Amino acid sequence: MNAPVTTAKLHDCRDAFAATLEKLATNDETIVAVCNDSVGSSKLGGFKSKFPDRLVNVGIAEQNMVGVGAGLANGGRLPFVCGASPFLTGRALEQIKADISYSNANVKLVGISSGMAYGELGPTHHSIEDFAWTRALPNLPVIAPCDRIETAAAVEWAASYDGPCFLRLSRVGVPDLLPANHKFELGKANLLRDGSDVTLIANGTLTHRMMKAAEILAGQGISARVLNLATVRPIDEEAIIAAAHQTGAIVTAEEHTIFGGLGSAVAEVIVEHAPIPMKRLGVPGVFAPTGSAEFLLDEFGMRPASIAEAAVAVIKRK
Amino acid sequence: MEPIELERIARQIRLRDLQAVYEAGAGHIGGEMSVIDILTALYFRVLRVWPDQPKHPERDRFVLSKGHTACALYVTLAKRGFIPEEEISTFLQPHSRLNGHPNNNKVPGVETNTGPLGHGLPVAVGMAKAAKLSGAKYHTYVITGDGEMQEGSNWEAIMAAAQFGLDNLTLVIDHNRFQQGAALADTNDLAPLRPKLEAFGWEVTEINGNVMNEVVPALEYRGSRPHCIVAHTNKGHGISFMQDRVDWHHKVPSREQYDLAVAELSEAI
Repeated sequence: MNAPVTTAKLHDCRDAFAATLEKLATNDETIVAVCNDSVGSSKLGGFKSKFPDRLVNVGIAEQNMVGVGAGLANGGRLPFVCGASPFLTGRALEQIKADISYSNANVKLVGISSGMAYGELGPTHHSIEDFAWTRALPNLPVIAPCDRIETAAAVEWAASYDGPCFLRLSRVGVPDLLPANHKFELGKANLLRDGSDVTLIANGTLTHRMMKAAEILAGQGISARVLNLATVRPIDEEAIIAAAHQTGAIVTAEEHTIFGGLGSAVAEVIVEHAPIPMKRLGVPGVFAPTGSAEFLLDEFGMRPASIAEAAVAVIKRK
Repeated sequence: MEPIELERIARQIRLRDLQAVYEAGAGHIGGEMSVIDILTALYFRVLRVWPDQPKHPERDRFVLSKGHTACALYVTLAKRGFIPEEEISTFLQPHSRLNGHPNNNKVPGVETNTGPLGHGLPVAVGMAKAAKLSGAKYHTYVITGDGEMQEGSNWEAIMAAAQFGLDNLTLVIDHNRFQQGAALADTNDLAPLRPKLEAFGWEVTEINGNVMNEVVPALEYRGSRPHCIVAHTNKGHGISFMQDRVDWHHKVPSREQYDLAVAELSEAI
């Protein structure tokens, strides 16, 4: 069990991604960064100045970017293919399927600014379908770290893992939640807070909101477990089934549509192995109105107080 | 291997491909007949490959982006020793590794999975770029169909190849003038291809892609820019009643047609 650690300071996980990639690239000359004119938004400026030849910028051409990534891997390079998640996954999904997943290309896909990070820019720039799209593909681990510590750990893991994966990162600031020495394990949930009345499951930018919701619930005498489930696929069935048996109610929250994402993945496990009352929080199958990511999460019922209310309601259905 | 010998092998590959499609009851025979001379020249003369070491780091890379003509690739790979020749009879059979589009995780010699069009060239650009980064000496070849060039991803890759200065990349466009449903000219005509590629910074050679004496030197050419070979070919080449007929994109011959085609190809051998 990881000790719950929270600090108020918020961090942009892209910085941890970029710093870790630069560190790894210093010791591994096969590492290359591939991007679609997204040097700035992917925070690859430092990588570019340290390793100018190893920054492969294909321009605004996501289909080519993913195909080039597969070819670089075939030629013995270790590519991190970076782009805004809506365009990386949406525009190039068939390339991700055929060139990366089906071809088993050792390519690390890094979706930046996922979820509603580009809030005010509108639904064209929201990436709230990427869990659903990518987790439908075999042979493609899907990972959404919850803080800068898990981001760095996941990038290190990805570099050492022999196969493709999709790292779903944000640009929205989040507090530190995991201990500084955290090691990423694929497909393993992290127990951030133990509890017996309900389990709150999230990843990415929602995990810290779940922690706050658990504090609110504690004030009401309700004991909430919080699981950080960075790996959406392969999913930690054991932790989910144990949560179902031991707490009897589950609430999920995600910066994603409730159709096909983290909540759906958890529900699939629950329905087959341990049916209990459950509530999925997320974007309820609509295109979001104008607003920042934080505003939209609040708007869609993922304010910590709203999450706590959803937990109380689901507990009543036991 | 000299062109006259390559021509003999190409006819043998055509015959085996015809038999495989006939026995499987499915395939893309028209585009297979058009591309077989190029495949033969690649595998029996041009490519530095080692069938017993299909992942050798210094191997030349070849991508058949028009993956629907997989059967022609399988027959060529078998003849070159990558897979057993007797395995061709399993083409499209349940659990055969020889499905309708090539699978790199199952078939030695296949570099990347193609099938959806417009995928092979971007991957080939990545392969060539990898060699530039590592200093590897291998050359990368990719064959697309001409209809396939309607896919926008190809033009993204064409831009990138020129920008990256990939003189270690050769694109062969199998220009048989027909796509699945009609002639290119009646669909979304890209002809003439040469000025379009040249405008994107490529060096272009035009050849008759069914004449070995033209195919070999074009494939062996090395310049200072990415090289495109516009290979003018005939869909169904070598079989009189299939030649330049759009309905032979993926039609399967009847018994009488099969016998006639076998006779024509055997006569040529």
